[in-house]
Amino acid sequence: MSATAVHSLWTTAAEVEPFGRIPTPHIEYAQLAPALIVVGAAVLGILVEAFVPRRARYHTQVFLAVVALTAAFAAVVGLAAGGYATTEAQIAAMGAIAVDGPALFLQGTILLASLVAVFTFAERRLDPAAHGNRIDSFAAESAAVPGSDHEKAAVKAGFTTTEVFPLALFAVTGMLVFPAANDLLTLFIALEVFSLPLYLLCAVARRKRLMSQEAAVKYFLLGAFSSAFLLFGIALVYGYAGSVSYARIADVVEGSVRTIDPALADTMGNDALLLIGGAMILVGLLFKVGAVPFHMWTPDVYQGAPTPVTGFMAAATKVAAFGALLRLLYVVLPGLTWDWRPVMWAVAIVTMLGGAIVAITQTDIKRLLAYSSIAHAGFILAGVIAATPEGISSVLFYLLVYSFVTIGAFAVVTLVRDAGGEATHLSKWAGLGRRSPLVAAVFAVFLLSFAGIPLTSGFAGKFAVFKAAADGGAAALVVVGVISSAIAAFFYIRVIVLMFFSEPKPEGPTVAVPSPLTMTAIGVGVAVTLVLGLAPQYFLDLASQAGVFVR
Amino acid sequence: MENLIALLVAAPLLGAAVLLCGGRRLDRTGHWLGTLLAAASFVIGAVLFADMLGKGAEERALHQRLFSWVPVEGFQADIAFQLDQLSMTFVLLITGVGTLIHIYSIGYMEHDERRRRFFGYLNLFLAAMLLLVLADNYLLLYMGWEGVGLASYLLIGFWQHKPSAATAAKKAFLVNRVGDMGLSIAIMLMFTTFGTFAFGPVLESTSDTSEGMLTAIGLMLLLAACGKSAQVPLQSWLGDAMEGPTPVSALIHAATMVTAGVYLIVRSGAIFNAAPDAQLAVVIVGAVTLLFGAIVGCAKDDIKKALAGSTMSQIGYMILAAGLGPIGYAFAIMHLVTHGFFKAGLFLGAGSVMHGMNDEVDMRKYGGLRTYMPITFVTFGLGYLAIIGFPGLSGFWSKDKIIEAAFAYDDGIRGWIFGGVALLGAGITAFYMTRVMILTFFGEKRWQPAPDPDRTASVEPGVDVTPGEMPHPHESPRSMTIPMIVLAFGSVFAGGLFSLNEAFVTWLEPVTQFEHPHPVISVPAITASTVVVLLIGVAIAWVMYGRRPVPVTAPRGSLLTRAARRDLLQDDFNHVVLVRGGEHLTRSLVYVDHTLVDGVVNGTAASFGGLSGRLRKLQNGYARSYAVSMFGGTAILIAATLLMRGV
Repeated sequence: MSATAVHSLWTTAAEVEPFGRIPTPHIEYAQLAPALIVVGAAVLGILVEAFVPRRARYHTQVFLAVVALTAAFAAVVGLAAGGYATTEAQIAAMGAIAVDGPALFLQGTILLASLVAVFTFAERRLDPAAHGNRIDSFAAESAAVPGSDHEKAAVKAGFTTTEVFPLALFAVTGMLVFPAANDLLTLFIALEVFSLPLYLLCAVARRKRLMSQEAAVKYFLLGAFSSAFLLFGIALVYGYAGSVSYARIADVVEGSVRTIDPALADTMGNDALLLIGGAMILVGLLFKVGAVPFHMWTPDVYQGAPTPVTGFMAAATKVAAFGALLRLLYVVLPGLTWDWRPVMWAVAIVTMLGGAIVAITQTDIKRLLAYSSIAHAGFILAGVIAATPEGISSVLFYLLVYSFVTIGAFAVVTLVRDAGGEATHLSKWAGLGRRSPLVAAVFAVFLLSFAGIPLTSGFAGKFAVFKAAADGGAAALVVVGVISSAIAAFFYIRVIVLMFFSEPKPEGPTVAVPSPLTMTAIGVGVAVTLVLGLAPQYFLDLASQAGVFVR
Repeated sequence: MENLIALLVAAPLLGAAVLLCGGRRLDRTGHWLGTLLAAASFVIGAVLFADMLGKGAEERALHQRLFSWVPVEGFQADIAFQLDQLSMTFVLLITGVGTLIHIYSIGYMEHDERRRRFFGYLNLFLAAMLLLVLADNYLLLYMGWEGVGLASYLLIGFWQHKPSAATAAKKAFLVNRVGDMGLSIAIMLMFTTFGTFAFGPVLESTSDTSEGMLTAIGLMLLLAACGKSAQVPLQSWLGDAMEGPTPVSALIHAATMVTAGVYLIVRSGAIFNAAPDAQLAVVIVGAVTLLFGAIVGCAKDDIKKALAGSTMSQIGYMILAAGLGPIGYAFAIMHLVTHGFFKAGLFLGAGSVMHGMNDEVDMRKYGGLRTYMPITFVTFGLGYLAIIGFPGLSGFWSKDKIIEAAFAYDDGIRGWIFGGVALLGAGITAFYMTRVMILTFFGEKRWQPAPDPDRTASVEPGVDVTPGEMPHPHESPRSMTIPMIVLAFGSVFAGGLFSLNEAFVTWLEPVTQFEHPHPVISVPAITASTVVVLLIGVAIAWVMYGRRPVPVTAPRGSLLTRAARRDLLQDDFNHVVLVRGGEHLTRSLVYVDHTLVDGVVNGTAASFGGLSGRLRKLQNGYARSYAVSMFGGTAILIAATLLMRGV
């Protein structure tokens, strides 16, 4: 595009739509209530940090977060009951946000998962009190240099990073908008809104602070890199379609829009732009779901981040990112199914196999769970690829299943501790079943669910996505998925064997007795795992009712 | 009336459930409850019997259908009962003799602290056996069949603290499994052939079925019968089963368990009638077993094991008769009933003797007991006379008929062989039973001091035996003697009653059919030779044991005697052929498993592990490498997308 053309673009734009004629945005506050409630609470949380005395901040923040998430969930339920998931599904906020079945289902899942995650954030009984102050998983003062006098003083003074609660709420806001975003710019903004707080949250671990900060920096750098791809892809697609709105892009892709924006005459309708841009947007989303080869941040970040944050991130981020991916593929690019499917096939296969294979040789439980989450991303991708309504509902169900198992599993990880904090090295878990049969049994339930053993929710979820994939014509993918499951079962079962059939080590870790908060998180995880494993039908029906995107 | 049938099974089943689930509260009264429910079942059986007698011969069979058990399209089985003359006979035998054994056990198990559980198992045994004989289809029969197996396992191993009892129970269970396989395969073949399990359709449609298939079904049924009825080659469990309490032996040998095989063959008579080869196999098995058991019985010094050999032999007679077809079915069942009386009586008598003799089982250490235990002596003696076929007593009527029928197998050499074997068996029976009688009740006292309980496993628990104390033989309590007396009446009169006007044969004819046998030699000649053979057997035993003093420790004996003491080497044979063979097979399978299967599995695991180890090196911790990976991935993704379109 020449300089004159750019100039004319500016001037014509100014002439065609003078500022005075920009219509007043029309916002459906009620339909957007879930996200608005959470972001409001996040802002309030910042004010709490500024004005409430240090002693009262923890309780205020926890209260605020729990109330906000509960209220937001109630709003989601209210919207669903009001028919917005089915008949009343609509596009709100001037075309920026979709309020439909998948959006509400995923928002509900994210809110419940976040609520449980906030419980694990608030846990303060795992470590013995230091200097008379209860301590949680987060640094006393994250700005202090690790190991410095400043840090010691902060610890001694009993400071805590209560900012994690508003940060988490901001992240939740972004996650709520992400799967509901109905134009590419909203998508990008939502991505940044939830990514930036997550980078920060990764950096504030109380123990192993350098590792935590390293993880945060890596996550930030790679996240920025992927955001760049996403943004560049958005630009290319805009160039192709002349719009960032999902519906409009889809129309252009299908060829139902013939009018050509004069300013984009050189680029509109150029399929290369569409394909390259679409692929780049996919890269941005695949990075967030942790698909191979965009997965490499996952093990490092999962290992370095404070474990409650890891659980939150692993569960809620995945839900949000897969939601956005589904909407992108099913709403924007259905006309391109024959283009993206083979590529996604390949990504799903390498993701399933890569995650499962590399997990075999892991020796750290958090890294192991990270690779496990990569393999699971592959399984979910198999459902995404089905390109059928069953594909959507099976993915929704799988995400619900997976998020609770994940949070529960990471919550259990926080309990097994030695002098250096969490004892994450697998060798230390040897014989845990002898010393703490209940904790080991609960963890075994989660692992069995990850492995997809019948009577656990993991089986129901895996069955649903594989069935959808097979019906959608991706039988070969299902074969690879089953093989990967078999490989994955090896390392899940190995942990169970290690816990129950190995001799305990003499200086093994102790299992902390948590407060009711973590117990709730774990209990909910176990309950959901068993209920969805034994009687999944109600939730499968719910997911399939919610499985239609509005356009 | 037909609504009462289910109660026959339900009463003892209820007893088993209550006694086994009821806990210690029932310790004091449980045995009465168990006995009462067994008796209730007998009373119901008697009522049904009376009702049946009042009807014409063709209208006697009753049916009761409770509910559909397996309601699958094309695979239907009901919980439904059929009570015809054959089932009725078994019901009366099982509940009648069973009830007497219950009463006897009250006294016999008085000192056992697990008596309540014992009675629960006894009730379970009765319920399973009744289910077996009342079922109207083979699948339900199989359920009863397995229930019998379970109950026998529990009862043989009742004194599970004794390793020998635990082993015997396991052995009985395992050997029976082999037979059970036969029954299950037979049922599967029936289903594929006839499409149903119900007796009626299966047995009526044998005429339009190929003989080969019927032979296969027949042989599988025979295998099943061999297991439960302890016939060669599946006989080895019976002797060891004597480890159970004596009432259990009586129950297994007289009323339940071993009679199941005979029932199965007689019930499936239509199949065997249409499959002569299978029938011949049945006859051969019966003939071999009747000699086998008789020879083993001659050599045993353990009174219960001698009686066990005798049971094997007598069941051999029944199987032999059942294999003869319509000329033998009725006599097989008749002998089964008379045998039920005298064998139960003999076992209870043996238990009574042991009760008085510090639980000593070695007959060489008895002697001269007739004056110390007069009731036991008389009842045992009547049972003895009945089993050897003394003219006029029960065994005479039933066994003589079987020998006649065996001679009538055909006009040629086979009739002579089978008849001769049956006749020879009668002689051996007379020999070994006389031996038991003389060793136990006659001659001088050869009593020995009570053994040290630590050194012998044969002492039954709950009995106060001071080591080194001489036994004080005494008559048993009334709860034990009354059943013996009742059974003695049966031993004496049942056979004669059944034979009046061929009453028993006429009674069973609607179910089993009947043809008069035409033996190769005349009937009076057979009867006469039976009596002669019997007298010879008694005389030899008298010469060997009555006239000479009996050594307390057994003499070395001939090769045959030594083999017979070891049950004709059955366990050695099983060990060499089956156990060793099995071990070799297992070892080779383990070898294949370790090298081939595990090799493939471990190889796969190792290769994935190696791949994993190499792939994880890509994860080097440098953000720059990660970024390169992402960049490369993006490039490939874009290139692939473009290639797909061919842009």
